[in-house]
Amino acid sequence: MLSGKIILLSALVSCAMLTTMSTFSAPAQSDAMSAATPLTRQKSASTADHSKFKELDQAFKTGPEVTVACLICHTEAAKQVQHTKHWTWESVDPKTGQKRGKKNIINNYCTSPVSNEKDCMACHAGYGWQDSSFDFTIEKNVDCLVCHDTTATYRKLPGDAGHPIYERREFPPKSGKFVDPADLKKIAQNIGKPSRSNCGSCHFFGAGANGAKHGDLDSSLQHPNKYLDVHMDEKGLNFDCTTCHATSSHEVSGSRYNMAAATKGPAHIRGNPDSSPAACQSCHGNKPHPQHMTKLNQHTAKIACQTCHIPEYARNDIGTELSWDWSKATRMGEDGKPFVRKDSAGRRAFDSKKGEWVWDSYVIPEYRWLNGVSTYTVIGDKIDPGKTVQINEVGGSPNDPDSRIWPTKVHRGKQPYDTVNNTLTVQHTAGEDDTALWHNYDWQKAIRAGMKAANLPYSGNFDFVSTELTWPVTHMVAPKEDALSCAQCHSKNGRLKDIQGVYMPSRDANKLLDTAGWALALLTLIGVLIHAGIRILTSKKAG
Amino acid sequence: MATNKIYVFKRFERFWHWSQAMLIIFMLITGFEVHGSYQLFGFGRAVELHTLSAWTLIGLWVFAIFWHFTTGEWKQYIPTTEKMMAMIQFYSVGIFKGAPHPFRPTTLKKHNPLQRLAYLGVLLLIGPLLWLTGWFYLFYAEWQAWGVGSFLSLEWVALFHTAGAFMMLSFLIAHVYLTTTGHTPTSHIKAMLTGWEEVD
Repeated sequence: MLSGKIILLSALVSCAMLTTMSTFSAPAQSDAMSAATPLTRQKSASTADHSKFKELDQAFKTGPEVTVACLICHTEAAKQVQHTKHWTWESVDPKTGQKRGKKNIINNYCTSPVSNEKDCMACHAGYGWQDSSFDFTIEKNVDCLVCHDTTATYRKLPGDAGHPIYERREFPPKSGKFVDPADLKKIAQNIGKPSRSNCGSCHFFGAGANGAKHGDLDSSLQHPNKYLDVHMDEKGLNFDCTTCHATSSHEVSGSRYNMAAATKGPAHIRGNPDSSPAACQSCHGNKPHPQHMTKLNQHTAKIACQTCHIPEYARNDIGTELSWDWSKATRMGEDGKPFVRKDSAGRRAFDSKKGEWVWDSYVIPEYRWLNGVSTYTVIGDKIDPGKTVQINEVGGSPNDPDSRIWPTKVHRGKQPYDTVNNTLTVQHTAGEDDTALWHNYDWQKAIRAGMKAANLPYSGNFDFVSTELTWPVTHMVAPKEDALSCAQCHSKNGRLKDIQGVYMPSRDANKLLDTAGWALALLTLIGVLIHAGIRILTSKKAG
Repeated sequence: MATNKIYVFKRFERFWHWSQAMLIIFMLITGFEVHGSYQLFGFGRAVELHTLSAWTLIGLWVFAIFWHFTTGEWKQYIPTTEKMMAMIQFYSVGIFKGAPHPFRPTTLKKHNPLQRLAYLGVLLLIGPLLWLTGWFYLFYAEWQAWGVGSFLSLEWVALFHTAGAFMMLSFLIAHVYLTTTGHTPTSHIKAMLTGWEEVD
């Protein structure tokens, strides 16, 4: 029931967005602690022992002090990080020019970090982003440790705008549990390459609960077995995240924002410059099956590897969130007080602060044509409240040679919007001030404060609108024995029954031809039977 | 009635006929499963078996085509109107009255005019329809490279392939029945097995 506890505690964490980053909630932390040796396969192969550097032999009081020390040797590191999404929370679509990224979009979970920075930035690879005045050029505010700590003791809690904890504090509040400040000197002297727990500290716990956001990323990937992930299997290949998400100049490859939906050609060779090494094809090529399985290799012209090889996502009892209904937030219990409720598996199901959730495990993906280009509904965009708002409109079509059929997680929800201006609203949720939704349960005040921080007009009228977020599923690759079998798609009501624009034997047939064809065969049969019958009758007569 | 025997079908021809017959029947069974008409082997297995049979059949054809041309046997399929009306008359009337078979096979003319026409139809229409569409089906992934991706659609290729299969099935039904219309009900089949046909 470890995962249950993780969820329970995660649910208590009050910040929404990415909070838990910080913060493996207590059991998760002990989980990480128990692996005191980092999760990399072998001892660091580095030629430098950072504990021998005099620059690091000092009693650091703050994160930025550590960064200053790092930059003495790693002179370009901060500049590199400052070019990445981990720092900017912004991504520009090279094709459409649209500015996306956490800073600009309104997602389907905690919606927007704007006006909630103090909490959300617990997952920012930086220090001090607490409002729109944050200076993105100050190098010492780059957080090296969150990605490079190998001691699993570095924690950033919501409320500190990305700073690690410097003083012993009760967390979650009123929980009776206390978090001690990390030993920054020890952490700095033991830095190393990012391990699964570094990446996971944010990416496993997005949306404020273990597994909630992605479904194909959760804390089970810290110690996965082969069934869960054939590449990360702790007893097998034991890949780190960075084995696939190969990194250069701190730029981590394989972003959903610039997704490689249809990687072609053979496997890549070392030294070959390439923009998408995180794709399956980077190692496997686009004809990955043995020669005698030509038909399977041919499928790569239309189907992403993930479609067959990730038959279900959230393949554990942690599960993932399938919907978040914000319209239920601020509902109080019978005693007039806020309350929380769990589902039968111990996952958050309702919280007066946040609304209602639906979870599931072993989820069958929804399939879509994807070309890797998504158009997002960003802050301030007009919406049509008569329709389900697409948080991101995925591009792709059957006739596009750069599109493939992909498995996706579709997360559905309800969010507030301005009924006069027809925009999704930005709301001030996290915080202890009077306007914070999670403090005083007043939507009107929360939206007013959020829209002001986002510099957007607000009419004063709001309602809730249905929303959908569509994300490709790409992690938790199953062993080949668990891949989809042919008939799971090639059948009348198979996985791809709603996919248009492609002829699939066994799923599709021309009814007219079938009727005519069987009629022809049947009439031939009847014809010869009659002929035979007459022959028999006449021969008897003759006989 | 005196019975004569003539040697009609040589060893290779019989081998070719029966192995082709088995392959075609097996491909009908697996093919219609791939088409979604029923479940027998399971879709994936059916595709594998169908593909394997297709390659085997292609191999067989290479030999058969070589044989037909080197022996001149291809001439057996040249259509003729000679005795055609008599054959139609026989199948529709004479056979019920115990009339004698109007066609007497020889080594040089094995097939009656209706057989010639039917087999020519199989060779020139049903066969090519199946193997041409089957070939494109098999190499679906190469369409772009072949430059046919822009105007061929798998749906139409599958449609014609299926249409060919229905025609082949109907041919098979009629063909099997008509083997019983020889000198005796089994004389044609015996000939195809032993090479020797009983004639009047």
